[in-house]
Amino acid sequence: MKHTPFTQKHIALGAKMAEFAGYNMPISYTGINDEHAAVRNNAGVFDVSHMGEFILKGENALDLIQRITTNDASKLTNGKAQYSCFTNNKGGIVDDLLVYCIEENKVYMLVVNAGNIAKDWNWVVQHNSNNVELHNISDKTGLLAIQGPNATKILQPLTDIDILNLKYYTFVKGTFAGVENVLISATGYTGAGGVEIYFPASSSDREDKEDNADKIWNAIFEAGRAENIKPIGLGARDTLRLEMGFCLYGNDIDDTTSPLEAGLGWITKLNKPTAFTAKEIIEKQKAEGIKRKLVGFEMIDRGIPRHDYAIKDAEGNTIGKVTSGTQSPSLGKAIGMGYVAVDNAGLDNEIFIDIRGRLIKAKIVKMPFA
Amino acid sequence: MNFPAELKYTKDHEWIKIIDDKTALIGITNYAQGELGDIVFVDVPTVGKTLNAEDVFGTVEAVKTVSDLFLPVEGKILEVNSALGNNPELVNSDPYGEGWMVKIEMNNAADLDNLLSAEAYEQLVS
Repeated sequence: MKHTPFTQKHIALGAKMAEFAGYNMPISYTGINDEHAAVRNNAGVFDVSHMGEFILKGENALDLIQRITTNDASKLTNGKAQYSCFTNNKGGIVDDLLVYCIEENKVYMLVVNAGNIAKDWNWVVQHNSNNVELHNISDKTGLLAIQGPNATKILQPLTDIDILNLKYYTFVKGTFAGVENVLISATGYTGAGGVEIYFPASSSDREDKEDNADKIWNAIFEAGRAENIKPIGLGARDTLRLEMGFCLYGNDIDDTTSPLEAGLGWITKLNKPTAFTAKEIIEKQKAEGIKRKLVGFEMIDRGIPRHDYAIKDAEGNTIGKVTSGTQSPSLGKAIGMGYVAVDNAGLDNEIFIDIRGRLIKAKIVKMPFA
Repeated sequence: MNFPAELKYTKDHEWIKIIDDKTALIGITNYAQGELGDIVFVDVPTVGKTLNAEDVFGTVEAVKTVSDLFLPVEGKILEVNSALGNNPELVNSDPYGEGWMVKIEMNNAADLDNLLSAEAYEQLVS
């Protein structure tokens, strides 16, 4: 199992650990509900160093990104980031990712899911027909997400960068907690506000790299002591993102789901100057109309929806499948997402979740849930 | 960790508490609730049914996981702890007390001999 620069810290803090995407990761420290509330109401720190980072350099870097991602990266200026996805040849999703414009037309960073690093890297390399300089810096890059309404206030004393006024989906490179070459980005996966901090921290033999991770972690918890900042595990990361209706790769989107079906039409730019992979297929889908759609639902009767449970109509006919579900800590009710046939996908439509052979009533609701 | 001596245990982390020669309460152990984390729903669709030892009598749902609940001995499910309806977290806060799950009528008290003592269960999970 691989480890992040913080794995030993999680273990020392008594976190419940488990393998995730090949990494030994913290699932929870004090309990998912407790950690969830800490992020929604205050501030929490996630180690997400398992995520992958690729650097693309050179005059053709933008062209490569435009050809393999659905969003329009030509709109990005220095210091701006965007949510996007790689489509495969059939119009499914290879991965969802963030594109960072470090230097317009010259240097970009792609941030991908940990479980897809190898697949994505091969995909990028395979499409690099015009000599873009590619670096997979995933193993050398540490990443902490500090999320919550009090996150930026706590972190501001640790840097000269004006993070209190950093706009959503923008970033600045600078010094943080005495560590140079840190990229601070006003992004996250919780809907609670805050930043994500990328920094050089390798599992290589260079001792100073581990020091970077230590310095940053210790400085954050020192700065947040009075505010009671907490470490947060992947369990609460999942409940937080689900309340916002954010897709999780492997659950809600995968190689067989199209961005249009997944509700990601807003990052699928059919009219951008350079066509992306399988654009014709997506275009056709749009013209003909999609047959199924990712929707949010909440349970009316008692039960908790889980990944892969069948979604049925009142007559018991299967109309779809649950992709994510949980008891929502903020709402105190069970919520989920799933694909259903478009005819059944209307708001407030009653659906039934097959929970261990019983049909439990739910209704389709707007996302975000919370 | 707490292992009340008056209870009997299963390798699946349920406990059974004898009330009289026929009836007993069943719940999950302190170890089990700790492993599951925040419990959000206890689902028992078997009230009124007679089940064999080791049959599934319900499920316990934590935020992230679902686990089956196994009946320690043969018997009839008489009632479910209604307090868990609004407060499933009682299983976390008081697994051997307020967090009990079902009351059963045992068919054969001799079945209890097949279960683990507090000492044997403690060895299993330590």
